[in-house]
Amino acid sequence: MSTATLDVHEVPTGSRVNYLNAQYGVKSWLLTTDHKRIALLYLASITLMFFVGGFFAVLMRLHLIEPQGALVQPETYNKLFTMHGVIMVFFFLVPSIPATLGNFLVPMMIGARDLAFPKLNLLSWYIYVIGAIFTLYAVISGGVDTGWTFYTPYSSSFSHTSVVPTALGVFITGFSSILTGLNFVVTVHKMRAPGLTWFRLPLFIWAIYATSIIFILGTPVIAITLFLLFLERVLHIGIFDPAIGGDPILFQHLFWFYSHPAVYIMILPGMGVMSELITCFSRKRIFGYSFVAFSSLAIAIISFLVWGHHMFVTGQSIYAGLIFSVLSFMVAIPSAVKVFNWTATLYKGSISYDAPMLYALGFIGLFTMGGLTGLFLASLATDVHLNGTYFIVAHFHYIMVGGAVMAYLGGIHFWWPKITGRLYPDGWARFAALIIFVGFNLTFFPQFMLGYLGMPRRYAVYPSEFQVLNVMSSAGASILGIGYLIPLIYLIWSMRYGPAAGPNPWGAKGLEWTTPSPPPTENFEEIPVVTEEAYDYAHSTVTRG
Amino acid sequence: MMGLLQFGSVFFSLAIQAPQLRPEAASSIAEGVDHLYFVLTFITLFFTIAIFSTIFFFMVKYRRQADNEVPPETEENLPLELAWTIIPALICAGLFLWASSLYFENSRPPSASTEIFVIGKQWMWHIQHPEGVREINELHVPVGVPVKLTMTSEDVIHDFYIPAFRVKKDVIPGRYSSLWFQATKVGTYHLFCAQYCGADHAEMLGWVYVMSPADYETWLSSGTPSQTMVQIGEKTFNKLGCASCHVSDGSGRGPSLVGLYGKEEELKTGEKRLVDEAFIRQAIINPNSIPLRNYPPIMPTFRGQVNEEQVLQLIAYVKSLASEERNSNGK
Repeated sequence: MSTATLDVHEVPTGSRVNYLNAQYGVKSWLLTTDHKRIALLYLASITLMFFVGGFFAVLMRLHLIEPQGALVQPETYNKLFTMHGVIMVFFFLVPSIPATLGNFLVPMMIGARDLAFPKLNLLSWYIYVIGAIFTLYAVISGGVDTGWTFYTPYSSSFSHTSVVPTALGVFITGFSSILTGLNFVVTVHKMRAPGLTWFRLPLFIWAIYATSIIFILGTPVIAITLFLLFLERVLHIGIFDPAIGGDPILFQHLFWFYSHPAVYIMILPGMGVMSELITCFSRKRIFGYSFVAFSSLAIAIISFLVWGHHMFVTGQSIYAGLIFSVLSFMVAIPSAVKVFNWTATLYKGSISYDAPMLYALGFIGLFTMGGLTGLFLASLATDVHLNGTYFIVAHFHYIMVGGAVMAYLGGIHFWWPKITGRLYPDGWARFAALIIFVGFNLTFFPQFMLGYLGMPRRYAVYPSEFQVLNVMSSAGASILGIGYLIPLIYLIWSMRYGPAAGPNPWGAKGLEWTTPSPPPTENFEEIPVVTEEAYDYAHSTVTRG
Repeated sequence: MMGLLQFGSVFFSLAIQAPQLRPEAASSIAEGVDHLYFVLTFITLFFTIAIFSTIFFFMVKYRRQADNEVPPETEENLPLELAWTIIPALICAGLFLWASSLYFENSRPPSASTEIFVIGKQWMWHIQHPEGVREINELHVPVGVPVKLTMTSEDVIHDFYIPAFRVKKDVIPGRYSSLWFQATKVGTYHLFCAQYCGADHAEMLGWVYVMSPADYETWLSSGTPSQTMVQIGEKTFNKLGCASCHVSDGSGRGPSLVGLYGKEEELKTGEKRLVDEAFIRQAIINPNSIPLRNYPPIMPTFRGQVNEEQVLQLIAYVKSLASEERNSNGK
């Protein structure tokens, strides 16, 4: 480390004006239009939702230790998996990286002082909170038992639980996604610093941009779908319930038209984070920049054309099945291209093993497994057997938890020094990454085997021959749960007791690292002029400071 | 790519002998599905291990030696990019063709299939054989005979799943879905509901008994003596007064049903519809939705007066009228 950067270490964080200490008081947070403070508001809210959803998961895995169910009544179990899914998908995974890291980083990475519409940004958070309150009200008022997929006619005409408040909660939160997406698209188009051309953008920006397009195009469809469900349930107008002239399969078409692209809403930003982490910790330019960038767009586009692969066993026409199958195989290819390019980026690099890098490597492994097991489900003949079993559960957890949550945690660990100005204990962070990786695999790998052996998902009780694998999965889940608690503890600890981070503790490229940590409210004293490619580690000396 | 598939096949033959790795394979399609499954597993392991070992190799070989190390730039490599785009694409194309042809072959029942009817209902399976025997949460079938199930639901969406046969199909209210299988091994196998359907979804299960043809015949005839589906359907038909309009010589206010099944019927709109199970069901439940060209729309709905089981029996009766006509023409 150079002496110049050592000086920064010695300056206590509190003595310089930054976005955290510029103003104090609850009001200064609740009325802020600073994208960095809004990112922290989101961070706090989604962390709360993550642990609520995680608590339901822990109860489920405890219950499944015994074939007859160890803990709760079947009705309660059905509510647990429904609330787990609704909260994790709509209130944690969808907003996770875009609303926290995206909010914090998009302006900083492109050299802007804020997003294009700062007030709209604050409004997005309030909308999210209102949606979350509706959903939490549904939990308290007795829960909901339809599954996060809300399949009709069960949800519209048969369930006696709080379907309407839950659906309204998800409906409302959707608008927060739409507004955030609009804000990012406009910001990336209009507010890039001078010299920052499209092909000099960090790949995180490309990924967030692709995600924003899905937000804008896809979210209105789920909003309409849930609104129709609401009308059907309250007014019985006969859209989805065949007893009054509706079509239950129509609901599935509408639902998956959003909810399959939503999978890519969850994973694309994670892929963006990956590109940042792998380049920084190997000090290399990303291998095949344009292939990685365009694969994000390819994924975003194809993702809108594969929804029918959720419906191979609904009696959908064979020919529709063939089309959806071939399109689903196609979406695997850009994903594979990304994995190969990340791996090639490491070649002849200067690789360090800091905690964010361990999360990144965990991501590559688990995402590869998740992606490849998707081929089993794109294949018509095997999908017939595996659809609706634990194989599906394992597959999408490898993508959404092994992929998206690993990337989210990797990103949080990477930018934490920038966000808070503090370092966390690196040893604990590496330990947690390892625990999460082990716990995750122990939880979900047995579920692939359960699925192939024929155990259907959403079973509160199950035949006893499935018990061994279920106990393994539950044991893994307890390790995984502890793995997620450890970062919560040391990250909160570091906010008060962590050593000052300095502007660039990883020696990373990117405009966000040129500012002090934490950054001043206006991000940059002067708008920077960009003269180099992204990740240009080879042409400048790198210092950690 | 072919090499990969071949290695996959070797892997399959090893894996297939390990117990506990796969469910029992007891239908004519199970081996084919398992073969594909194990080749997919092999591909998954191959790529996961290849990528992981490459990463570990790089991590050790290129670990950071000094804090100010600046590694050399790597040139972009177009042939490499194309290679790892095209090779996965070829593998995907191969898998798609294999999986789809298997699915295509498996999707149509042989024309000589025995037909059995299934009604899903929260939270049990009602099964009716054409001979009139009814079962709940049990399905008896003969070994070596193609069996076609015609299925519908009284309430929500269910899903009929027999893991040992590798078959699964949603059971949907308001329409008929079907699946078929040919059992290859005498035995008892799980039957699951694989689509979440409410409180006791996990209890909506049963057993499939695959019997030798002789045992099956004995089982069928030893059941409580009962009428066939056609006979019960005929009774319902008369009880509901259907015969007062649907007179067999065609002189009634409604069309004669003799010989109707399997023919085309012209609607008021000029559209022609095949008279199949779904058509007859629609005509009973919601007659106004299919106004016929030559008849006034006076038929009342029977929704609520007949349940799905009775509809199936009525359909069986109408179908029997078609074959009677064919028989008499033949004489």
